[in-house]
Amino acid sequence: MLELIIIGAGPAGITAAVYAARKRMSLLVISKDIGGQAAWSGDIENYTGYQFISGPELADKFAEHIGKYGVNLKEQEAVVGLKKSGDIILVKTGKSNYETKTVIIASGKRSRELGVPGEKEFKNKGLTYCATCDGPLFSGKPVAVIGGGNSALDAALQLVNIASKVYLVNITSALSGDEIMRQKVESDQKVELLNDTQVTAITGDRFVKGIKIKRAGREEPLAVEGIFVEVGLLPNSEFATDVEKNKLLEIQVNSRNETNIPGVFAAGDVTDVPEKQIIIAAGEGSKAALSAFRYLAQHKI
Amino acid sequence: MGKKVTVYSTTTCSYCIRAKQFLNENNIIFENFDVSADQEKAQEMIQKSGQMGVPVLDIDGQIIVGFDKEGIKKALGL
Ligand SMILES: Cc1cc2nc3c(=O)[nH]c(=O)nc-3n(C[C@H](O)[C@H](O)[C@H](O)COP(=O)(O)OP(=O)(O)OC[C@H]3O[C@@H](n4cnc5c(N)ncnc54)[C@H](O)[C@@H]3O)c2cc1C
Repeated sequence: MLELIIIGAGPAGITAAVYAARKRMSLLVISKDIGGQAAWSGDIENYTGYQFISGPELADKFAEHIGKYGVNLKEQEAVVGLKKSGDIILVKTGKSNYETKTVIIASGKRSRELGVPGEKEFKNKGLTYCATCDGPLFSGKPVAVIGGGNSALDAALQLVNIASKVYLVNITSALSGDEIMRQKVESDQKVELLNDTQVTAITGDRFVKGIKIKRAGREEPLAVEGIFVEVGLLPNSEFATDVEKNKLLEIQVNSRNETNIPGVFAAGDVTDVPEKQIIIAAGEGSKAALSAFRYLAQHKI
Repeated sequence: MGKKVTVYSTTTCSYCIRAKQFLNENNIIFENFDVSADQEKAQEMIQKSGQMGVPVLDIDGQIIVGFDKEGIKKALGL
């Protein structure tokens, strides 16, 4: 039986894996991808040691780091169930079942959908949730970024270098997010900010041709060829049915990353830890691994 | 084997990097087009795959969207 399964290979899961590997725990990492949200971000300027690094580059460095320890990794596999029976924790994926003594849930967050007509049909046909990945394909085209927080600002700032025009469609009366980014966006010639504006539909034929927006009670069309949805994030915590969560569906942990189930730990964006950042997720991941190590030393399973 | 493999990618997408790494690890020779710089190839990719997400792999005419490891393996007969 394994000593530890880590669910997720974002900053939290990868850092947990590095710590666990150095403690020589027998472990397995199961993840849909490597890098997690860190791979989606454009410019990272607040990860200590790197004054500037792009998201994909940092994700690559993460992959290299666990590669060095020869960590056992199941990529492109999603966990769908988690159950503790006696001292054994059963982890179920779409492909297989695994047994382990401890688990670290580091499954992070995913993009929230807009929930408007046309969203599903036009996904990857002009509508995307990742400006870093797909942005370069909209060179010279008018695009819309939907949202008003940090990720929307990040997307808009990436797109001003690529697109012909960037509409920033924000449902509230003013942008939120960091002051520095807000100023950059607001002073950019290519950006047109539409506050108090709601998106009601995505339109097009084979590909996106526009959106419908509603402001001051009036609905009107807006011609764009690219749509970047940045309306917040949801925790990937559905599979952990027995674990206690807060109202936002984030897994509740204490300062040692313990959940309500002994042997089940959680770290990073999927938890109720205040502030969601790469360096915080990484730090939480290391704490969770050390807690799991201590737990195994104290409980003879 | 000698299948003709074309990769349409951008430099900023981590799945593109992973897909190319995977091909390299398996000693597959491929041609790569950076569709953020090459508009003509970007159009070709959209035409072939009917969508705009990267990466797209063309393996002897078989189109694979995204870094779908199993799909790529199957198409290459690995
Ligand atoms: C656009 C954008 C820009 C950002 N910019 C910055 C920045 O500049 N600086 C900064 O510090 N932070 C930034 N952040 C936030 C930062 O990316 C996150 O806080 C951090 O990635 C969280 O790490 P994590 O490991 O907890 O989760 P995630 O990064 O979300 O990783 C979760 C991992 O779990 C996997 N997974 C999910 N569900 C399952 C499942 N059921 N089974 C198996 N695996 C699963 C995923 O595939 C992924 O690998 C940004 C975020 C976004 C979206």
